[in-house]
Amino acid sequence: MTSIKTPSTERPTPPDSPPTAALHSGTSDLRALVLNNLRQSGIYVALVVIVALFAVLTDGVLLSPGNITNIVLQYSYILVLAIGMVILIIGGHIDLSVGSVVALTGAVSAVLVIQQGHPWWIGVLAALVVGVAVGAWHGFWVAYAGIPAFIVTLAGMLLFRGLTLRVLDNISLSPFPSEYQQVAAGFLNGLLGGQGFDAFTLLIGAIAVAGYAVSGFRTRVARIRYQQPVESFPLFVARVVLVGAVLMYFAWQLAHARGLPIVLIILAVLVLVYGLLTRRTVFGRQVYAIGGNLSAAALSGVKVRTVNFWMFVNMGFLAAVAGVIYSSRSNGAQPAAGNMFELDAIAAAFIGGAAVTGGVGTVVGAMVGGLIMAVMSNGMQLMGIDQSTQSVVKGLVLLVAVAFDVYNKRRAGTAR
Amino acid sequence: MDDTILEMRRITKTFPGVTALEDVTLAVRRGEIHAICGENGAGKSTLMKVLSGVYPSGSYDGEILFDGKPMQFRGIRDSEANGIVIIHQELALVPYLSIAENIFLGNERRGRSGLIDWNFANAEAAKLLASVGLHENPVTPVIQLGVGKQQLVEIAKALSKKVRLLILDEPTAALNDIDSAHLLDLLRALKEQGITCIMISHKLNEITAIADSTTVIRDGRAVETLDMRSDEVTQQRIIRGMVGRDLDSFYPDRESSPGDEVLRIEDWTVRHPVQDRMVVEGVGLSVRAGEVVGIAGLMGAGRTELAMSVFGRSYGRDIRGRLFVHGREVQARTVAEAIDNGIAYVTEDRKRYGLNLIDDVRRNVSAAALDRLSRLGWVNGNEEIKVAESSRKEMNIRTPSVMAVVGKLSGGNQQKVVLSKWLFTDPDVLILDEPTRGIDVGAKYEIYTIINRLVAAGKAVIVISSELPELLGMCDRIYTLAAGRITGEMPVAEATQESLMELMTKDKELVG
Repeated sequence: MTSIKTPSTERPTPPDSPPTAALHSGTSDLRALVLNNLRQSGIYVALVVIVALFAVLTDGVLLSPGNITNIVLQYSYILVLAIGMVILIIGGHIDLSVGSVVALTGAVSAVLVIQQGHPWWIGVLAALVVGVAVGAWHGFWVAYAGIPAFIVTLAGMLLFRGLTLRVLDNISLSPFPSEYQQVAAGFLNGLLGGQGFDAFTLLIGAIAVAGYAVSGFRTRVARIRYQQPVESFPLFVARVVLVGAVLMYFAWQLAHARGLPIVLIILAVLVLVYGLLTRRTVFGRQVYAIGGNLSAAALSGVKVRTVNFWMFVNMGFLAAVAGVIYSSRSNGAQPAAGNMFELDAIAAAFIGGAAVTGGVGTVVGAMVGGLIMAVMSNGMQLMGIDQSTQSVVKGLVLLVAVAFDVYNKRRAGTAR
Repeated sequence: MDDTILEMRRITKTFPGVTALEDVTLAVRRGEIHAICGENGAGKSTLMKVLSGVYPSGSYDGEILFDGKPMQFRGIRDSEANGIVIIHQELALVPYLSIAENIFLGNERRGRSGLIDWNFANAEAAKLLASVGLHENPVTPVIQLGVGKQQLVEIAKALSKKVRLLILDEPTAALNDIDSAHLLDLLRALKEQGITCIMISHKLNEITAIADSTTVIRDGRAVETLDMRSDEVTQQRIIRGMVGRDLDSFYPDRESSPGDEVLRIEDWTVRHPVQDRMVVEGVGLSVRAGEVVGIAGLMGAGRTELAMSVFGRSYGRDIRGRLFVHGREVQARTVAEAIDNGIAYVTEDRKRYGLNLIDDVRRNVSAAALDRLSRLGWVNGNEEIKVAESSRKEMNIRTPSVMAVVGKLSGGNQQKVVLSKWLFTDPDVLILDEPTRGIDVGAKYEIYTIINRLVAAGKAVIVISSELPELLGMCDRIYTLAAGRITGEMPVAEATQESLMELMTKDKELVG
């Protein structure tokens, strides 16, 4: 979050000024800041509103320790898929096959571990290899054969669903050995003890908050050294305190339930890694460049085919991760597993601010988008609202979110 | 003859934060060709959009009198019903529909059954085509026509709407000289038939040739209306009105002292990507350090195709020929290899091929040389900002911040961003394809200054341009290209517009 006021015009800072300058610089104009970041902050506000709404509607059950843990476990695989999906959408593609790939990778793993008795990690490894192979298959057709991703992955959706049925011989397999179940149902708990809560979870939460604060401060110092606009120091502190408080509340609630879910650690690592990958690496930049203007990217020396290919390989890998988590959580493999997951992942990306035309979107946005969907589903389930109504509400939210985004862009008078 | 068909009185149009038009008054006489000129962003197109109802009545202040009657257009349909038709700079034809379908699009001729009578429509279209001098079958898909012919289809479409006031926004911007001349003849013919015409143009020679009066718009105000029939109005005179100052020398002076040869191509041959014909045939040329070499040629001569095929084989197939950089033969099979060999290509269409319009200045500047800002695949975002900031200062890119979205900048500033991007790759030779297309006079001068600075720093520059005065003003040496072949090469001192044009059309006539 930055404002557009330039400190150099307001309060000149020499390029090599000491980091203490980080304490005094930038704007405190909250209104300008909110307006400038409306596009990003809009979905955070929406998430807060939806959480508050369902917290009230469910008499606080939504935010109870047990239920928060539940939301994490229940939607983790959608969030994992949404990471890969938003990257594809930024690059101007889409993947309709991820639900089938979740099923296929889970099935391969189940056959190896349950039917043939291999150790759990062989199953995980095999699932990942299959996922990467599927991604390479899609990547080949999109990047090198020049077939639109919509068609390639629509074919993949049918193809890999069929292969899943073949692999499973049309029957469900279950149960997995307990180690395998740990992936999605396991917790890190009691490592440090605690009085009715898990101190280890709180410690990890505290480390996360500290990491957030330190990296935020370091970015800030660097930006000021390069005479770039930053938010005012009080605002920076307020932001860190707010995010820290939310994180610690979250950790506190988890600590009072069953501790730190292993799947949350996996998810956090993925979000961190992919957040950096999209924002800070050459590969990430090239994805945005391709989605923003394919011809300009190609004429700037971006190896468009290679980048497209690896985008799909990455999606295959993440679909396999989701497949492992899902099979672990459902403790087996079913022929119909992962049905419609692609739509949830795509919806998460678009609610999170990705543009249909490509070139715009963030991993964090997709996560928030996914959480909005998750909290809504969970909240409506807690209230006992039936499946049909849930579907109607989710559909409308997706439509409104994208409509809001389009309206916003038009008002901002962006180039397109 | 001096009765007024159109009067726009005290038009003021504001957008959030900007006043695009302020108190503009315009009077157009019946049956005249009225030119409107001004720098980019002066408000010419906005004024025409107000007139044609694109901006509906009520969204601006002031009044419009057409044939003496006040008009309140709520949309294009209203203005067209009164015989006012606008043809936009970017043509609004549907590429896969036929000429006749395009002409009657939104204005379909229904028979008694309520269905479209295509035989009748095609016959009508044929008559309209004859009246604009276009000899094409009305069922031909528009995509098969060149830009010049598409322009004629647009005019035929306007005629089908019983046009009385025709507005043309930059009608010749994308046309070659022959098509432009044809279009101007057609406008004269329409004038004979009593059709009044408003023409927005950057090409001052055309204005002086064809217009009866010229209104100059500057910074959202109508500065003056010149009577082209009685006044001694020269191009210099119009330019003075546009920029508010005399450009004593339009092209900045430069000391010329070419050094060693930087780039040379020999026997360069390129086949069209889909059709079975040669686009470039046996071309050889070279450029030295500190030298500006021009390539002159008409549309379709293969200028852009030549440049893009050299730049990492971005165009065409079966590319043959030898490419030397600093005397050493190199292979540039991909854009990345071309960049590594010190070649940069600034495209003629910056919006489509040069920029990521939805991204900011900073990331557009770094896009072609991210490896210079990264280690092990990690981009140093702060160094990137520093690079963008220094480009902003050196190139004088007028933007509130390097974080500003490029799509919102003016054409001239966008072009400076593209130039910054390529300069950051630290090239030895820059190929500039129409570097000043669609940008205003002031920005053009700035671009010329930048080119001179590059040459002074020892870079080699190839300029492709449709504007012969620009080539004559900027280059040391000029090649002429016609139908994919080099038809001439001469030092600028020996070249004139006439001699160049002769060479540019030489091969064309032979080929037919």
